[in-house]
Amino acid sequence: MSSLTQTASMPEKHYLNNGTTLKSWLLTVDHKRIALLYLFSVLVMFTIGGIFAILIRLELLTPQADLVTPDIYNRLFTLHGIIMILFFLIPAIPGTLGNFLVPIMVGAKDLAFPKINLFSWYIFNLGVILAVAALVLGGVDTGWTFYTPFSTTFSNSNVILAGLGAFMAGFASILTGLNFLVTIHRMRAPGMTWFRLPLYIWSHYATSIIMILGTPVLAIAIVLIAVERGLGVGIFDPNIGGDPLLFQHLFWFYSHPAVYVMILPAMGIISEIIATFSRQRIFGYHFVAFSSMAIAILGFLVWGHHLYVSSQSVYASIVFSVLTMLVAVPSAVKMFNWAATLFKGSISFDTPMLYAFGFFGLFTIGGLTGIFCATLGLDVHIHDTYFIVAHFHYVMVGGVVMAFFGGLHYWWPKMTGRMYPEMLARIAAVATFIGFNTTFFPQFILGYLGMPRRYAVYPPEFQFLNICSTLGATILSIGAILPLFYFAWSFKYGRKASSNPWGSTGLEWQTTSPPPTFNFEETPVVDRDPYDYAHYYGKES
Amino acid sequence: MFDFPLIPEQASSYAGDVDNIYFFLVAMTAVMAFIITVLVIYFAARYHRKNVDEIGSGPHGSVKLEIIWTIIPVFVVMGIFFWGTSVFYTIQKPPEDTIEMWVVGKQWMWKFQQPNGKREINELHVPRGQAVKLTMTSQDVIHSFFVPAFRVKQDILPGRYTTVWFEATKAGEYHLFCAEYCGTNHSKMMGKIIVQEPVEYAEWLVSGGTAQVAASSDPTEAGLEMFNALACNTCHKEGSSGLGPTLNDLYGSEEELADGTMVLADDTYIRESILNPAGQIVKGFQPVMPTYQGQVTEEGLTQLIMYIRSIGGELPADAAAESEAE
Repeated sequence: MSSLTQTASMPEKHYLNNGTTLKSWLLTVDHKRIALLYLFSVLVMFTIGGIFAILIRLELLTPQADLVTPDIYNRLFTLHGIIMILFFLIPAIPGTLGNFLVPIMVGAKDLAFPKINLFSWYIFNLGVILAVAALVLGGVDTGWTFYTPFSTTFSNSNVILAGLGAFMAGFASILTGLNFLVTIHRMRAPGMTWFRLPLYIWSHYATSIIMILGTPVLAIAIVLIAVERGLGVGIFDPNIGGDPLLFQHLFWFYSHPAVYVMILPAMGIISEIIATFSRQRIFGYHFVAFSSMAIAILGFLVWGHHLYVSSQSVYASIVFSVLTMLVAVPSAVKMFNWAATLFKGSISFDTPMLYAFGFFGLFTIGGLTGIFCATLGLDVHIHDTYFIVAHFHYVMVGGVVMAFFGGLHYWWPKMTGRMYPEMLARIAAVATFIGFNTTFFPQFILGYLGMPRRYAVYPPEFQFLNICSTLGATILSIGAILPLFYFAWSFKYGRKASSNPWGSTGLEWQTTSPPPTFNFEETPVVDRDPYDYAHYYGKES
Repeated sequence: MFDFPLIPEQASSYAGDVDNIYFFLVAMTAVMAFIITVLVIYFAARYHRKNVDEIGSGPHGSVKLEIIWTIIPVFVVMGIFFWGTSVFYTIQKPPEDTIEMWVVGKQWMWKFQQPNGKREINELHVPRGQAVKLTMTSQDVIHSFFVPAFRVKQDILPGRYTTVWFEATKAGEYHLFCAEYCGTNHSKMMGKIIVQEPVEYAEWLVSGGTAQVAASSDPTEAGLEMFNALACNTCHKEGSSGLGPTLNDLYGSEEELADGTMVLADDTYIRESILNPAGQIVKGFQPVMPTYQGQVTEEGLTQLIMYIRSIGGELPADAAAESEAE
């Protein structure tokens, strides 16, 4: 049955009008409302992090430090990194789309632990407050990596405060992961077997494992920094008997898998979008699902590729290089399967699909440049240069942010019961793609030419490429800001959406837009694959 | 406008090797990105939805294809891995005869010492066509020695020595950057590597002229003076009569510690023994040596090590390679 014949009318009662007081929002245990609370928090952080990014790009227009002093510049890139990674990229998809969709997609009424879910939002915001306090009280200048002994002994900035902020955000992330893991194991609707799960759920399953196993190590590393900095216990500073490299191992043991915490849910979104907008089953469903698990497991064994030139043993570096090469393979498998899904599809170009196409292009480059960095002899040269900066922005912005925005557009009708303005949205998607490439492509060249990262002052021969990059950043910021405005507008004034505007088979599209408080009028019974379009449209042969 | 470089100058013996991997990977990325782009555009145009209830009619999967596009990438990345590792090995393992120089990094400057004891700040003169090995340490935080024209980079850590080697192939001046973020003026911790023809370099080395810090005496002699001035010689005597073990023939040998472990007496061991003597007591001796932490500068430590080397043996060859590795 085609759903396109449905009329667009909102249900009388849904989760958004089930209580309208501030209290009904701040004390809600409804995963959908908590998703919106998270959305608000992460978008505020995205805006702050974005303002820092613009200031960084403006400063780099000229080789001298003339817009801000080097001290301020160092604080800008540090907070840009801390905010964008720990307070935006890591929680963005799990906290918002994940919170909203995981229960609905498995056919449950809510997450396994609704109160813990609300609690995680509160401690996340406590982390936000600590990070903002660190900013207001004079900032932090250690880089988001907090390398020792600079962070423990030499920095005169609010290291402990910012570290505690990261610690809190990490706790929120552990609780979210725990909730998802238990929900996916225990709360699937009747008939929802493991291989009837949408690929988005598989990717969150893999992500949750990393969140639970990896994040405590970051917490330990931050506590150790506080202990050395505050109490003078020698852990990392060799002058008091510590080992400066130990921190890098602890830090990257979490922070490399954290990259997969960001990218795996993004890949899950892309799978859903590709299936819906080509109206067919994802090619090689099992391989896409297992590749997520392979990435999650292998991802824990590659942290040492951040330490090739740190004086780590050559033999350790060789092992880390092999494993890093191997972790590239499951990502490639996903790319091939997505491309194959388009073959003989029924493809439409709605905004979410444009973001998915953008993801294709940017993630391909982001992933392949990862191989440059994994290659031992080559990484010696490009390590800590703008090449790395470009590489991880291609993965983090080109991959995660493109997918996040694609997902927001895709599920916006479900979350709010309203459509976004299609034309403006397409303009934003294209502006983001063009602006992004103009900003970050020159940085690959800049990096290979030898410009180190975290430089407020640089030799004049690098200026031309830096100007290109800053010009691109202005286009990129238009692409990023535009959706914030039309989403806010659409929330109140957007055209009403039908329950299934895209004609998708997903379980979340079989309930009303917006869904009722307990998601479904009655518990759904699942009797087929997640992407069975032939059945859904009555075209079984 | 048109002499716009895409790679830095190739000025070391292995710069070309690094660039070859780079060019290969750039080509591979371009081909892959092109294939993906063409496929997506072609499929999107060819299979564009024509009416509202049209659905896809493609295959659901193919184990054969999955195996093909798993195995081929595995072979490709393994090939890249071996290639990259062989170049890495070249960069990590210095050749037999190198000129040895010393580097101390500190917030936010570079201090260098030539083999004859001549010192420089933020400038390092090296001869063309001769392998140079730098032994480096930091006085404060982690820094990183990065010369783009040489395609080489090595972190510099406080409390230990790291080494790096290169052979400059072109005379000229090249950027030296600190690549590991080190605080306020990280981006101003820039220096110059000045590559000279061997004859010019030899002249420069004995002249007092261009160096910013006047030439000092021979580092081994300076080390001996310091050895006596710090009264090391009262305990570390020749033979076995002193309170401490003799240092003659120490360098490069295996020492047995009080807890039975064996350590190699290399630069890092000697440095540790001066700064934290109680940490590594040689078997048969009492922990009576005071620490010299804070009393000896990094340059002083270098000179003491040079002296102890001069009365010691050679590092065994495989140990030398391994200590490069560590």
